[in-house]
Amino acid sequence: MLYRENGQFKTTYAADQQIFTIAQDKWFVLGIVAFAFLAVPMLADEYMFRAILIPFLILSLAALGVNLLVGYCGQITLGAGAFMAVGAYAAYNFLIRIDGMPLIGALLLGGLTSAGMGILFGIPSLRVRGLYLAVATLAAQFFCDWAFLRIKWFTNDSSSGSVSVSDLSVFGWVIDSPAEKYLFCLGFIVVFAVIAKNMTRATIGRQWMAIRDMDVAAEVIGIRPMYAKLSAFAVSSFFVGVAGALWGFVHLGSWEPAAFSVDRSFQLLFMVIIGGLGSILGSFVGAAFIVILPIFLNQFLPALGGLLGLHISTAAVSHAELIIFGSLIVFFLIVEPHGLARLWAIAKEKLRLWPFPH
Amino acid sequence: MSRKIGDVILDLQNISLRFGGVKALTDISFDIREHEVRAIIGPNGAGKSSMLNVINGVYHPQEGKIFYRGAERKKMEPHMAASTGIARTFQNIALFKGMSVLDNIMTGRTLKMKSNMLLQAMWFGPAQKEELAHRRKVEEIIDFLEIQHIRKTPVGRLPYGLQKRVDLGRALAMEPQILLLDEPMAGMNVEEKQDMCRFILDVNDQFGTTIVLIEHDMGVVMDISDRVVVLDYGKKIGDGLPDEVRSSPEVIKAYLGAGH
Repeated sequence: MLYRENGQFKTTYAADQQIFTIAQDKWFVLGIVAFAFLAVPMLADEYMFRAILIPFLILSLAALGVNLLVGYCGQITLGAGAFMAVGAYAAYNFLIRIDGMPLIGALLLGGLTSAGMGILFGIPSLRVRGLYLAVATLAAQFFCDWAFLRIKWFTNDSSSGSVSVSDLSVFGWVIDSPAEKYLFCLGFIVVFAVIAKNMTRATIGRQWMAIRDMDVAAEVIGIRPMYAKLSAFAVSSFFVGVAGALWGFVHLGSWEPAAFSVDRSFQLLFMVIIGGLGSILGSFVGAAFIVILPIFLNQFLPALGGLLGLHISTAAVSHAELIIFGSLIVFFLIVEPHGLARLWAIAKEKLRLWPFPH
Repeated sequence: MSRKIGDVILDLQNISLRFGGVKALTDISFDIREHEVRAIIGPNGAGKSSMLNVINGVYHPQEGKIFYRGAERKKMEPHMAASTGIARTFQNIALFKGMSVLDNIMTGRTLKMKSNMLLQAMWFGPAQKEELAHRRKVEEIIDFLEIQHIRKTPVGRLPYGLQKRVDLGRALAMEPQILLLDEPMAGMNVEEKQDMCRFILDVNDQFGTTIVLIEHDMGVVMDISDRVVVLDYGKKIGDGLPDEVRSSPEVIKAYLGAGH
């Protein structure tokens, strides 16, 4: 009864093309954003920030980028971890090599460098698709793993191979407490989510989706496949690169190439598959699911074992984690290939008619 | 009819197309005049769809020349053909399944949308204005095709007849000079066929669009087309007014077999 669009008439096309066409949706999302900005910093403790909230936000941003490419443009990628690494290392180099480089400038330049790499490694997509493209993007992963390990210039000749960034500040605002780091990431993710939404409802987003759904027809109505595919690679890699830079700068502080290994690429791909391909919301849900599930299992399984009088070792928990994870992915692919976001959409559709479904 | 058939807009000369050893089209020549409804008919596998694919640049013929508005056309990709004003619909509906009817038709406007990607990302200024202006155009097409009630429905959920109509709408959104229709009435019932004929004739009449039509329903072809080309095994076996074609012995032979 609460979720109704009755009486919400739209008299202009502008009103019909808003992000949220139903007023309840708009207030709900604004409420969540306000809660995240105002209430969460007061409620959460340091563990929450470090272990859950900050990784969740940054990985959501990366998942959003991957979703633009995989979910909206239909080009599969296994190189997301590499683009995160490019973003992180490029931002690091911009920060230390250019005097007076502001933090945000370095992060965005890191993203742009990653976008350039994305275009480069997206070129095979003009010729190959599906599994073959996945293998081609995997090359980006191995290339970057190698480059950041072996080419000392990227790591500023540090002897240990790891680099670190400290004293983050923006316009005199020193970001050091976990709550401040959280707010900084939250600001980024809100802006980028709005950008992603705008792009997907504009002509560029329609071009991506057209290429995804039926590339021959897309070309026949005048969409240039090269422009559509490479722009998707560029924008996606930009998002992922900025996420990588935030991951290095804000979450880790100091990192080495292993932080952006192929496992990270798979993790991001799982996020968009579980969350929902071709859905902005899905990127967030998927990231939340993948960040929180291991932590939940870590707490829950030993407790469950205790109830049953069994002792469950840490090794067993981490094995169980993999098993549960794998089976959930299989479950989702079979039952709901459009992910958690689709379940949410179905629930909303039902709710619109409830309690009179006929 | 009030419309006036103009000069030759597209002239195909000695087109031959091969896939490896298979000859899809052999030495085919015909022309298309401005504002006319030109039908291409022939048995299955005669090369009709290949002919359309040649016209809009999906296939590149090994031999032959294509003149578009008097100028020889170079080898071109489909999106370039689209930018010269050639649109088409597909035999097996090729809509974008994950998108709504509105978005599908909006993609037809892609070539006319020029705003910068950054402005689109901000949904700001010119990008937003452009989006609204094209929305208005698309709504006109939606009104024209009488599909207002399904504009927000994902096309995958629509019945076949409506999908065909959306396919036509997407092509119309390009405001084409030449509209290629590949079996627009296949698999439809009589009412749906009548609707589709009405839309095709209206498009031709109101917008002056030149129409090239592939269709198996002879009744429809004879009724709505101005001139007919007949293909069989990749060769042209007839060309002319519907009545001439119908009474041509070669055409009768191709359709009914020898011995009749």
